[in-house]
Amino acid sequence: MIRVRDLRVAYGDRVVAEVPELDVGRGECVAIVGESGSGKSTTLLALLGLTEGARVSGEVSVCGVDVMKARPRALRAVRGAKAALVIQSPQAALSPTTRLGVLMRRALRLHGVTGGPSLTGGAGSTGGPGTMGKGARGIDAVMAQACEAVLLDPAILRRYPHEISGGQAQRFAIAMAIALGAEVILADEPTSALDVTVQAEVVGVLRGLREERGLAVLLVSHDLALVSTIADRVLVMKDGVVVESGPARHVLRDPDHPYTRELLEALP
Amino acid sequence: MIGYLTRRLGQALLVVAGVVTLTFVIMRLVPGDPAVAYAGPKATPEQLAAASRQFGLDQPLHVQLWNYVRDLVTGDWGTSLRTRQPVREDLFTAFPASLELVGAALILAIVVGIPVGVLAARHKARLPDLGVRLGSMLAVSVPVFWLALTLQTVFASHLGWFPVAGEYDASLDTTSPLTLWTNITIVDALITGNWPIFTSTLDHLVLPALVVAAYPAGVIAQMTRAALIEESGQEHVRLERALGFGETTILTRFALRPALNPVLSLIALVFAYSLVNGFLVEAVFNWPGLGRYAFNAITSADTPGIAGVTLLVAVVYVLVNLVVDLLQGVIDPRVRTR
Amino acid sequence: MTVVEPRRRLPRMPDRLAAFGAVLLVLIVASALFAPWLAPYEENDPRPLDKLLEPSSSHWFGTDHVGRDILTQILYGGRTSLAIAAAVLAVSALVGVTLGVVAGYAGGWIRDVIMRITDIFLAFPALLLSLALAVVLQPSVTTVILAIAVTWWPWYARLSASVAASVSTRSYVDAARCLGVPAPVIVWRHVLPNSITPVLVQLSLDAGGVILTAAALSYLGLGAHEPTAEWGLMVQQGQALFTTNWWVVTFPGLAILVTAFAFNVLGEGLRSALDPRRTVIR
Repeated sequence: MIRVRDLRVAYGDRVVAEVPELDVGRGECVAIVGESGSGKSTTLLALLGLTEGARVSGEVSVCGVDVMKARPRALRAVRGAKAALVIQSPQAALSPTTRLGVLMRRALRLHGVTGGPSLTGGAGSTGGPGTMGKGARGIDAVMAQACEAVLLDPAILRRYPHEISGGQAQRFAIAMAIALGAEVILADEPTSALDVTVQAEVVGVLRGLREERGLAVLLVSHDLALVSTIADRVLVMKDGVVVESGPARHVLRDPDHPYTRELLEALP
Repeated sequence: MIGYLTRRLGQALLVVAGVVTLTFVIMRLVPGDPAVAYAGPKATPEQLAAASRQFGLDQPLHVQLWNYVRDLVTGDWGTSLRTRQPVREDLFTAFPASLELVGAALILAIVVGIPVGVLAARHKARLPDLGVRLGSMLAVSVPVFWLALTLQTVFASHLGWFPVAGEYDASLDTTSPLTLWTNITIVDALITGNWPIFTSTLDHLVLPALVVAAYPAGVIAQMTRAALIEESGQEHVRLERALGFGETTILTRFALRPALNPVLSLIALVFAYSLVNGFLVEAVFNWPGLGRYAFNAITSADTPGIAGVTLLVAVVYVLVNLVVDLLQGVIDPRVRTR
Repeated sequence: MTVVEPRRRLPRMPDRLAAFGAVLLVLIVASALFAPWLAPYEENDPRPLDKLLEPSSSHWFGTDHVGRDILTQILYGGRTSLAIAAAVLAVSALVGVTLGVVAGYAGGWIRDVIMRITDIFLAFPALLLSLALAVVLQPSVTTVILAIAVTWWPWYARLSASVAASVSTRSYVDAARCLGVPAPVIVWRHVLPNSITPVLVQLSLDAGGVILTAAALSYLGLGAHEPTAEWGLMVQQGQALFTTNWWVVTFPGLAILVTAFAFNVLGEGLRSALDPRRTVIR
């Protein structure tokens, strides 16, 4: 689902991320680990072509779309509909004056999800003017189902971002990915702003999605405890460079690089 | 919300009290004796004393201030030395005309300023942005009275596209007299279906409204641009981009509403400013509003008239600010819970 | 291999606009200062035979209703306008900053009283209070200066009060206080210098507004009067002839526009360079 070769992101003369190889397949979970400033979030954003003002080179393909060469329109169709981003500080990531349901509905309309027979039917506009009434009801159903899939009460859709908790916001972001029928979830520190118990909920939801719906998950985190519970493979980044990569079991149990050892020792 | 409301109301009342006192002080600064101005230069000492007593000028200052406040509250805003009418009634006919002009101008300014600000923010640091910034700077730097004269000369006198002056064709008063409801001519014409006066007023309104709109349009565009640029640095915009929304959609559907909050309080400030700026435009276009009334009052040293206008505008200003503060709670739900 | 380059933008545009304003301003100030040398004719030199001449090589901007060269009058008028602006800003900054710093440093009821008074003055739209005052006093340049300064000082009071309040809670001020340094010395050494930058930016932003207000008061006949050359007054004297002699109003008005524009552009540039988030407009 994700294929990256020789990715290099630079602001001016400063290279902030260099990733020689990164692949995430269907149903797979890959984690990028590193401290803040290591270039892991930049890598994630580069996958969606969201690194504004940066010089990006290499090969990036997400869900079969060449992110580097795609036209803006094709790129926007990938964003959200195929690859969904879940970001760190959940409340700040939601527009303060937009009700959650309004945001979700706009996103669904944007990507032409009308709630036809196939719930995971992604892009491609099927809702003509004649099916509007049915479409609207269909969208409501899709939205409610998506909320239930992440254990949220659909009533939350009538709330504003400041009226919900961090864990709810994070699960809502995942619900959007489900409703949009995303095949890839890019999660940037999805749990670091949450309480321990809430963290477990979010991780549970992510793991469930991966197993039941075969979603590919690319996780960016500095939390090795979280990574060890969910990731199949791990990339360790330091100062913009990948210092170690391999199966999670191997990397976390028997690291080659001193930096990885340092990270592991820092665990409580 | 209730606590916020009462605190805000108390503040407004305090300011109004100060405004009244200040107006009173300014009036007392007038070098000439109002009694002389009222009774005329050839009045006998007895007539002067009578006028003095009539205005309460023989009382000590604090008593005069008290009487002034009491009269204001009971609706007695004094008698104009020029029209010899109660000032309140004069203002009652003049204010709606000013409101009509400023209202039209503000609608124009919002309709132009906000989209133009969005355009500049959308193309930040590129050519459209430069154009908008230059244009809005010019709009806030132009002297209104000069712009009014220029537009009047070019579009009314030379090209004849619009009428030169006035609020509507006075001959219409006999052919299709207007029934007054709100005293705002264009609104009254609209609700009573008086089309001749409606179209004539609209015709007369175009040029002065354009002139009054220049300043607010400029500041609204600048503010919208600045607020949108700040808002698009917020984290939620990154999520919206990641969801596949286009830049224009993000600006207009997600960023504009939170960004409108500062723009709204700006509009309140600009409303009061435009009301007074409009005075100069009223003078040029002979618009029958507060401005014209103020000028006549000024040239005839009509202190109660000037005081009335000053007080009215200041109170309107305080009220508008109050309303905007409350409206902000509606636009931005975060304010409500504060 | 594909390379995505960042999108190109206009090079450092705000700075250029501000620099443009600064250059324009220097030119305007210089032309006012050197008016006696630059002006093609004597100041206030009516030549009845040359009245209402169209712009030509001998009178670039034409002549007015009594035969004065308009370019000359505009150059000398710049002296009036700039002098008024400088005086207004000096007076209001002096009064406003003094009160504001006292309020911000003292805090408590002193701050409350000063700030409530400030609120009251701010409740009057500037031009209106100026108008009322200009009527009460006799029309003159001094009247214009006083009338505008009265409406302008509260802004400086409010601005410097907030700066002073934040400065006086810093630890070095606390330390000075504990060492027994007298309050006036603390204010002079620490609070005042920190309040100066925002006030300077505000001054350059305000100069344009002051010039517009002063011109408006003179246009209404409440400010400068004959024989002082003043742009607003020139517009007023020319307005009756505008339809037949376009130059009598056009050029003085453009002089006001360009000067206010230069100040606004410069002030806006300074403001965004120092604090890109805040936009101060009134």
